Amino acid sequence: MKMLHTNVHEIETAAELEKLITENDNVMVCLGRMGPMCIPVYDVMEELEEEREDVKFAVMSFDSPEAGIIRNHEACRGFMGLPFTMYYKKGKVVHATSSIQNMQQVTSILDAQFSVSNVENA
Amino acid sequence: MSSEEIFDLIIVGGGAAGLTAGIYSSRAHLSTLILNEGAIGGQMVLTDEIANYPGVEKTNGYLLASIMKNQAKQFGCKIKSNLKIQAYYLEEKIKRVVLEDGREFRSRSVILSPGGRPRPLQIPGEEQYKGSGISYCATCDGEFFTGKELIVVGGGNSALEEAVALTTYAKKVTIVHQFDHFQAFQHAVNQAKMNPKIEFIMESELRSFHGNSVLQEVSMEHLPSGLITTKKIDGVFIFAGYIPNTADLEKTIALNQRKEIIVDSDMKTNIPGVFAAGDCIAKKYRQVTTAVADGTIASLSAVEHLRS
Repeated sequence: MKMLHTNVHEIETAAELEKLITENDNVMVCLGRMGPMCIPVYDVMEELEEEREDVKFAVMSFDSPEAGIIRNHEACRGFMGLPFTMYYKKGKVVHATSSIQNMQQVTSILDAQFSVSNVENA
Repeated sequence: MSSEEIFDLIIVGGGAAGLTAGIYSSRAHLSTLILNEGAIGGQMVLTDEIANYPGVEKTNGYLLASIMKNQAKQFGCKIKSNLKIQAYYLEEKIKRVVLEDGREFRSRSVILSPGGRPRPLQIPGEEQYKGSGISYCATCDGEFFTGKELIVVGGGNSALEEAVALTTYAKKVTIVHQFDHFQAFQHAVNQAKMNPKIEFIMESELRSFHGNSVLQEVSMEHLPSGLITTKKIDGVFIFAGYIPNTADLEKTIALNQRKEIIVDSDMKTNIPGVFAAGDCIAKKYRQVTTAVADGTIASLSAVEHLRS
């Protein structure tokens, strides 16, 4: 059952997440609730979805039992602020952030981790 | 890079005031563009439950903002959000708003409703430990601090109410406030004082945050004596009030000492064709309902200005 009222695609199971990061090179997933620190990040993702065709965007409910795949990930150790935002490249976590992020912060992470020059150099 | 279109009205800010202005002006057939720097809804989306919006028994800020956004769009209002405004040119008959990415938008009138934002402490370590010990939302992050010891910074209603809420999770909450008294309503102060898990450090301010990958310690100054001490801590929640988002307007528009935009009863600023509404203006009460009222008045004044 979908828990997050956003226009960004919502993943409901760990299997769905696995499929998404396996089938797509660049993926950003935001794990959160409908709270004040999470909603602005969903809004940024919705906005970026129109311009960043190289990245797949998805959200997942923090309270879903299936979300343990992100909640318990090593990259989230020490995280104490929602949302947890994960950046996957070719199925691997390349960056993770905790708490609210603005457009500039998200964009600079996308540029740093998923830019064309980054791919060429990889 | 300039948009060819000259809008009748550009609204800066997409909170309750800006969206309401967008609804009214679009419905009055003004070509209207809302330019919004953050998430649509402004401070409204930070409110988990709204129970005092007339005509709606209970809702949350996100839903109310979404409805307002859809209403504005249905009337033809254009909305661009998550952008950064670099400069305003408001003195001329055709006003210009320039974005950081070089795009420029023009209009015959402007409503400024950039709202406000939580006041950061702007001390060393704040950005580094955001999400790793520093938080601005008890409802969102309180459970991460179950059984831990916390500091709440601030002395207003939010600070005291959130401190009480955090005692559900934390074993101890210390409220640190810069003055010797609180600005919160007396009932909020009483609630905090009656709570056995809450302690108070008055006339003190945090100076820096320290730790490794997570926050471990803060340093604070006792203001009357200047004495600096350190305190081991698991988390800090900051509720140090709000500041109007008017920094970029300082050289353009008349502001008061608190950096709020000065308006008359028609929401007119000191510049013809430029109006202001919402939390950014000089006023006493800041509620969703007052922002909606401001936005309505500003929009009707803009309509009148354009038709005169």
